[in-house]
Amino acid sequence: MLGAEFVAMILVIVYVGAVAVLFLFVVMMLDINIAVIRQGFLKYMWAGLLVGGILLAELITVFAAWKMSDSAEMLRAAPAPDPNAMSNTEAIGQILYTDYVYLFQASGIILLVAMIGSIVLTHRTRTGVRKQVISEQNARRPIDTLEVVKVESGKGLQ
Amino acid sequence: METAAVFLPLVGAMIAGFFGRQIGDRASQIVTCLGVGSAAVLSIPLFFDVAVGGNERVITIMNWINSGTFETAWALRFDTLSAVMVMTVTCVSSLIHVYSIGYMSHDDSKPRFMAYLSLFTFAMLMLVTSDNLVQLFFGWEGVGVVSYLLIGFWFKKPTANAAAIKAFVVNRVGDFGFLLGIFGIYMVFDAVTFDTVFNAVDAHKDDTVTFFGIEGHALTLICLLLFVGAMGKSAQLLLHTWLPDAMEGPTPVSALIHAATMVTAGVFLVARMSPLFEYAPSALEVVTIVGASTAFFAATIGCVQTDIKRVIAYSTCSQLGYMFFACGVGAYPAAIFHLMTHAWFKALLFLGSGSVIHAMSDEQDMRKMGGIWKHIKVTYAMMWIGTLALVAVPPFAGYYSKDMILEAAYGAHTSVGQYAFIMGIGAALLTAFYSGRLLFMTFHGEPRADKETMDHVHESPLVMTLPLAGLAIGAIFAGMLGYDLFIGDGRVEFWRDALAVVGEDPIEAAHHVPTWVVWSPMVVTVLGLGLSFHMYMRRPEIPGRLAAQFPGVYQFLLNKWYFDELYDFLFVRPAFWIGNFLWKRGDEGTIDRFGPDGVSASIIAGARRLGAVQSGYLYHYAFAMIIGIALFVSWIVVGG
Amino acid sequence: MAVGLSHYLTVSAILFTLGIFGIFLNRKNLIVILMSIELMLLAVNINFVAFSSFLGDLVGQIFTMIVLTVAAAEAAIGLAIVVVFYRARRSIAVEDINELKG
Repeated sequence: MLGAEFVAMILVIVYVGAVAVLFLFVVMMLDINIAVIRQGFLKYMWAGLLVGGILLAELITVFAAWKMSDSAEMLRAAPAPDPNAMSNTEAIGQILYTDYVYLFQASGIILLVAMIGSIVLTHRTRTGVRKQVISEQNARRPIDTLEVVKVESGKGLQ
Repeated sequence: METAAVFLPLVGAMIAGFFGRQIGDRASQIVTCLGVGSAAVLSIPLFFDVAVGGNERVITIMNWINSGTFETAWALRFDTLSAVMVMTVTCVSSLIHVYSIGYMSHDDSKPRFMAYLSLFTFAMLMLVTSDNLVQLFFGWEGVGVVSYLLIGFWFKKPTANAAAIKAFVVNRVGDFGFLLGIFGIYMVFDAVTFDTVFNAVDAHKDDTVTFFGIEGHALTLICLLLFVGAMGKSAQLLLHTWLPDAMEGPTPVSALIHAATMVTAGVFLVARMSPLFEYAPSALEVVTIVGASTAFFAATIGCVQTDIKRVIAYSTCSQLGYMFFACGVGAYPAAIFHLMTHAWFKALLFLGSGSVIHAMSDEQDMRKMGGIWKHIKVTYAMMWIGTLALVAVPPFAGYYSKDMILEAAYGAHTSVGQYAFIMGIGAALLTAFYSGRLLFMTFHGEPRADKETMDHVHESPLVMTLPLAGLAIGAIFAGMLGYDLFIGDGRVEFWRDALAVVGEDPIEAAHHVPTWVVWSPMVVTVLGLGLSFHMYMRRPEIPGRLAAQFPGVYQFLLNKWYFDELYDFLFVRPAFWIGNFLWKRGDEGTIDRFGPDGVSASIIAGARRLGAVQSGYLYHYAFAMIIGIALFVSWIVVGG
Repeated sequence: MAVGLSHYLTVSAILFTLGIFGIFLNRKNLIVILMSIELMLLAVNINFVAFSSFLGDLVGQIFTMIVLTVAAAEAAIGLAIVVVFYRARRSIAVEDINELKG
């Protein structure tokens, strides 16, 4: 294995726990007719196959012929420590909270903005929803709601 | 005083032109008449002081251009020649200003008209008093512009606009020659001031210029170029076509600009440049031949025209021819003398015909007049005076000047002089004939106008007849009074250095010609008048019979020797064709097609194509990106 | 057979290409496009981790987590947009979306 347990677990958790669930929710919320989706499937298939095939072939060609540069070792920014001495998670923690703390905070802000953005986008105020408004209840006075009518005897209300 | 005489008309013009609406019609008329009138009043003592008293002077107003050796100043030069011109111009002009008040009384834009008239007077004064060629050119162009404005004064009439454009374009041809002449003078003399140039003539009289390998006598070339300018302005043969058409303008304009003053600018130019012309004998011969030919040619056309103003216009053309061949034989004093007398009587004739037109409810065709002399006796008398002066009957003004010109032509004893003399005598005969014809057709015989017009015939108001009387006085006495000073015994003392003569004095020779030469103009005049009396009074059917018998000749004359048609064919149509070609093929077909239009069209087409790429479908954009990635990767893999 | 770097890279390339196919072949559903993008990001992540491990440089793994963050944010925002869009148009079919047409 690659010895990157932390990233592997994070990826699984995020994708399965967050992204996939998000997708499922959206798919569930939207009323999409699956029957019509299959139409027009083949229209761009050949173009897609061609471009995808070319790209795949090129990428595989490039990766197959890949080899490490001699100077690569010297260019490492954060050499990984010996797995026996320090676990992968600990090593990542060591540099993530020191060298890359700003980046880490920036990712947090990105997520925050994304969250607020999503809420703002999808939020809508509904009309006709009855809610308890305590300040309004406290502000009520008799004169606003009551009318005292003097009724003469024998006449009834007019 | 000199400055005031020149600039008062400008002041009047500016007040009437810029504030005409505010101050109203009456005030504009008064202010312009006052401006020109006071200039006229000033010009008379000026004339006596400068010309008779001999106080020539040059008044420098300010510097104009100083560039290297080129120096020009705004300066007023008063010598005998300018004094004569200033007096003639201002006097005639002021009378015409007054006349215009009456003649234009039904017009809507009187301030504009009066402003133009005054502006013209200023430009003309600038022309005649200029001290150098550049300033002269300023005045020259100034009168050209105002002439254009005034011919096209009734700008709603298409014919008036066409005539204005024609006058301007034909004059441009002449002006170009004039301009080249000025350049030539500057090249040879390194100066444009008259005194400097004239003093240096002796030193440069044998200079030559080389042009495209052809060597020519510099002074001859310069004089010919200047003469081209003079031809344009003075409507001489080949460049005369604009003058008759210019009659589309109001009659006072015809009188002031196209008879009395502006058209004589060419003669003035030749006289002014006489020190140069005297050293260019071949140029003088050309001047003589062109002048003599014009005198005769225009007179022949005058005999068949039916529009009263056009007859007088051709008469003007013809008289200008006289002045030119007088210059050509060296008799400059006679030319200027004739210029002066002609200004009076031709203005009188024009204004008289204007009065006739006014009386006939704007009818200009002589075939529709006749028998009106009883109704407009004053105008009738004035027209007779003008005619007698024109046909040179003593003691009217034309007699003195015209006879002197003919005698000078004979007295020159050169072959061109003889040609000019013969042409001049022929023209004199024709002049008498068409003048008589004009009078008889207009005033005598059976009324040919419809009854309504005839009932309406009325004498013009006093504001029109008084200027006529003033001009008539000039037409009667100008010759008598001026004879001695201009061309008689007092001439040497009178002209002094203003006009140059090299060698034998042609005026002196003219005084010693055989008796038959002296009498011949008189004889042909009587003959011409008698012939017209016979043809149009006693036997009115003769002209029609003659026209029927010689249709070729008649048509040839009626169509003005087909000059307009010839020019139309030679210049106008090719110009239109070239213009059309350049417009359609050159401009629209090439420049626009590949230039702005082409660029914009291809941008539109390209934008439409690019717009089609923007299909709006999300996956198209995604495709584009992925295909782009694929291409980049391929590029790196294959190329790198 | 030992699992080498090339194998990881090939897997990631195949995943990436699958993402491309997802975009190309899908005509009906915006959500599928979002999923395909997630798939492509995942392929990139695999690359990062593989290189990080074989090079012995932890930065690759750090970067993977950043990408993960961005992918999660993108999924959240993207799905929110899809929901809003669906509310407005009653459809999320790719073919119906051509508001950008020039």
